[in-house]
Amino acid sequence: MSTVKTHKHAFHFDSADHEYESSKQGVWLFMVTEVLMFGALLMGYMIFKVTMPETARAGAEYLSWQFGAFNTVVLLFSSLTMALGIYYIRLDKRKAAQISLGLTLLCGLIFMCVKYIEYTSKISHGLLPGAMFTNANETVNLPLYFSFYYCLTGLHGLHVLIGMGLIAWIMIRIGKGHYGSNHWTGVEGVGIFWHLVDLVWIYLFPLLYLVE
Amino acid sequence: MLWSSFAQASTFMPPQATKVAESVDNLYIFLLVISLIASVLVIAAMIYFVFKYRRKTDNDKTAYITHNVTAEFLWSFIPLVLFMVCFAWGWKVYHEIRTAPEDSYEIYVRGYKWGWDFEYSNGLVSPAELYVPVGKPVKLLMTSSDVIHSFFIPSFRIKQDVVPGRYSSLWFEVEKPGVYQVFCTEYCGTSHSGMLAKVHAVSEEEFDAFLSGKALEALSPVELGAKLYKTRNCNTCHSIDGSKIIGPTFMNSFGMQREFTDGSTAVVDENYLRESILNAQKKIVKGYPPSMPPYQGVLSDEDVKALIAYIKSLKE
Amino acid sequence: MGAAGENYINCAKGLKSWLITLDHKRIAILYVISVLTFFFVGGIAALGIRLELFSPGPDVMNADTYNQFMTFHGAIMVFMVIIPGIPAIFGNFFLPIMIGAKDVAFPRLNLLSWYLLMFGAIVSISSLLFNGVDTGWTFYTPYSIKGSAGVINMTLGAFIMGMSSVLTGLNFIVTIHKLRCPGMTMKNIPLFVWALYSTAIIQVLATPVLGITLLLLVAERVMGIGIFDPALGGDPVLYQHFFWFYSHPAVYIMILPAMGVISELITTYSKKTIFGYTAIAYSSLAIAAVSFFVWGHHMFVSGQSEVAGIVFSFLTMLVGVPTAIKTFNWVATMYKGSVTLKSSMLFAMGFIFVFTIGGVTGIMLATAGMDVHFHDTYFVVAHFHYVMVGGTLFALMGAIYHWYPKMYGYMYNELLAKLSFVFIFIGFNVTFFPQFILGANGMPRRYFDYIPEYTELNRISTMGSWLIAIGFVIGLVTIIQGFIRKEKAPANPWGSKTLEWTIQSPPTHHNFESTPSVSGGPYEYR
Repeated sequence: MSTVKTHKHAFHFDSADHEYESSKQGVWLFMVTEVLMFGALLMGYMIFKVTMPETARAGAEYLSWQFGAFNTVVLLFSSLTMALGIYYIRLDKRKAAQISLGLTLLCGLIFMCVKYIEYTSKISHGLLPGAMFTNANETVNLPLYFSFYYCLTGLHGLHVLIGMGLIAWIMIRIGKGHYGSNHWTGVEGVGIFWHLVDLVWIYLFPLLYLVE
Repeated sequence: MLWSSFAQASTFMPPQATKVAESVDNLYIFLLVISLIASVLVIAAMIYFVFKYRRKTDNDKTAYITHNVTAEFLWSFIPLVLFMVCFAWGWKVYHEIRTAPEDSYEIYVRGYKWGWDFEYSNGLVSPAELYVPVGKPVKLLMTSSDVIHSFFIPSFRIKQDVVPGRYSSLWFEVEKPGVYQVFCTEYCGTSHSGMLAKVHAVSEEEFDAFLSGKALEALSPVELGAKLYKTRNCNTCHSIDGSKIIGPTFMNSFGMQREFTDGSTAVVDENYLRESILNAQKKIVKGYPPSMPPYQGVLSDEDVKALIAYIKSLKE
Repeated sequence: MGAAGENYINCAKGLKSWLITLDHKRIAILYVISVLTFFFVGGIAALGIRLELFSPGPDVMNADTYNQFMTFHGAIMVFMVIIPGIPAIFGNFFLPIMIGAKDVAFPRLNLLSWYLLMFGAIVSISSLLFNGVDTGWTFYTPYSIKGSAGVINMTLGAFIMGMSSVLTGLNFIVTIHKLRCPGMTMKNIPLFVWALYSTAIIQVLATPVLGITLLLLVAERVMGIGIFDPALGGDPVLYQHFFWFYSHPAVYIMILPAMGVISELITTYSKKTIFGYTAIAYSSLAIAAVSFFVWGHHMFVSGQSEVAGIVFSFLTMLVGVPTAIKTFNWVATMYKGSVTLKSSMLFAMGFIFVFTIGGVTGIMLATAGMDVHFHDTYFVVAHFHYVMVGGTLFALMGAIYHWYPKMYGYMYNELLAKLSFVFIFIGFNVTFFPQFILGANGMPRRYFDYIPEYTELNRISTMGSWLIAIGFVIGLVTIIQGFIRKEKAPANPWGSKTLEWTIQSPPTHHNFESTPSVSGGPYEYR
């Protein structure tokens, strides 16, 4: 162990702890905005599902619940490794923290690969949103189901990608010795974001894949 | 002139033509009176305090009053009660507006950019002129073929959005014969403000005569064209006096050489006019916006013929 | 600490020092410049609209141009002037000082908010290069997904400006929670801070819904995903629900900070403690809370069910109560006070005058059976101008004069400032009162042309708009003349009690020499 830089808090805070608490609250508030954004889109989808249950059922048949379930497990596991990453950095175990974060990053990658396989197979069957839909299935308004499917999973996938970028950035900063037992705000902030991404998927999976 | 508009303004509302309009106006008077009393009280108190308690010296001592539970309770509770009265009365009137009698006479309405079509049970379609019998409840079943419009008759105090892909409805029972203005109140593009129509409330006999098509007969092509020019809202974009509104004027247009945005030219003849009416976007005259909607499927062959005849007749 | 005479303006020099500043006061000045510029552009559009409506038929422009003027006026004034206006300028400058903090919680985020606003504004205005936008600021589907491509830029721009608004709100909430100085309990913060707090809650909770709605609209326009398009099985009315779920609370984003300003002005110029501090503070929160459940009152005639209409009418009535409480409390504050009619006080009184009229007409519109007639007529146009212009802009003008000595360190010419009030107040009423009558008579809004019966009142309205323009020009002259005259302002010219008046004018870079501590409420005039 060598160069843990001592973190100096900004001039307008009383102490490093004061700064940490404030930053954490900021991140949580940002999560609230994320929840509302996804919430609105999910609300739109729920209205669609209630008004056109047949269409939703027909659409869900094209989705493979095996893929979805696998991805759910992957993300749940990544949340565990994320939590471990925060745990280790607070103990100054920077190598262990980096390995945990690396595993989280890998999980994100696996998730996106599975998503890629799912997307390509759907696109090859012409199961595209709205006006671009070319599949022969003539269930009324089926293209709308795929509009919601792509919007919801696309927005979520974008968040996974952003989360992966943030994790990579945090790993680099840990390598530079920016974080340690006296300052881990960034790690925890990214952790909160990653848990939210996980949480959103836990809602998306049953609502999209498991339509009865 | 100024005074005439004030005189009209003093009634605040257009003429009443239905029972519903009367209910709405009663509610309106009530709202107006309590609003007036409330505003005058607040504003008068404020102005009175400014004079009564104006600053005399820079070292004025003021009373230290932080709150007063009774006063605050009163001016929360009294408004609440008044608001609840407004709400309940508004509910009653809203229910009246929304509930059509069972035996209403039904007419289909189609809104499009930028006009209204009224279709009767016998298949008769009347553009821009809605004929209804006096003293009989009428229910309009409305839809739109493009974007959202809204059907508003000020004299009846009613309004309803007209949404593509579904039917919405509106009912009224006219008490006095007459002609009433219809507006579109949902913004729908270039000629939103020109998307007008008229309600003709007529006697039972006149209405039957209208239904059997007599009212529309005996028009020469030029006369029919002149009528369509107004009812189909050509007049919102094309003048007949040589002035430029949005599209080219009709005055002296027949036989003229036109230059288009793609550089080509053509002489205005019957075939050019027919194409331009039915599918205006094909050739856009240089210097004019491409804002005219297609009339393919909206105007019959008969209508197009009449319009061409009318345009030909416009010569100086 | 710095040398004597040093302040936040002269502590660093050069354009770059402003563009990368993290000082909340300097960022506020950046907002002053940008918001005033947008206000000028939006104002020109407004004058164009009124000029065109001087008489029936086309006067100075054609229908398509008019519709673009109407859209740009609405979008600029809403997204670039009134929403950022008071919170971003005066909130940024005074929120930290009023609670005894040295800066907002996240200064970098604060600067980012300004850049996002500018970027969003540029993206929005770039729609002019793509045939412009003529949808109105509400972008109703399906019209907006069939029209010009400019609507993509405009909605993306609004989305980016929404992010700016979210980040500002988030920053303010954390600042208020975490950075209050010793003794500054939530019961001791000024009412302007309470108003900003309620505003920030709405910004954080409602704006993301607008964000996703606008993104869906862009996806609709670019790819045809069909969620809002009836031709593809979608529901255009769903768009209206989404849009108003944000945009009705947004109305309170616009008015709550103004109400906060009025509370400050009335106490200062009446030299009296505020009447009913708790009631005013909590009524802001109450308005914020109820505002999320009233969006359907924009849709009484959209085809939603009768039950929905009635429920929304009821809930809307409830917003009236906290609003009424505030108004009565302001007037009661003047009772047994020592009132001086400085220009800021004139604007505060002007606010109460027009806001009362805006408020009672709001109740008329909330009454379901009445709204069916008034919906989308000039009555609505008049109503929301009475609350937005008469309300928010009057408060903004009052705030500009009130805090001018503190922000720039100079005094302005009081007579000129009063003259600007006279023109704006009279002009405003001449412009918008006739519109109530026009609306009652049935004239629909967003009309390029009108039937001849409406000519006289429209003409009066147009002439009023010229008076308003003169008023704002005089206001601008007042501001500039103050800079030129360079009459030094004392620390507390109005005898006010809140913390920002205890420090020098203009403040130093770090606001306070040492962290202040307070022991009582913000309005201890005894």
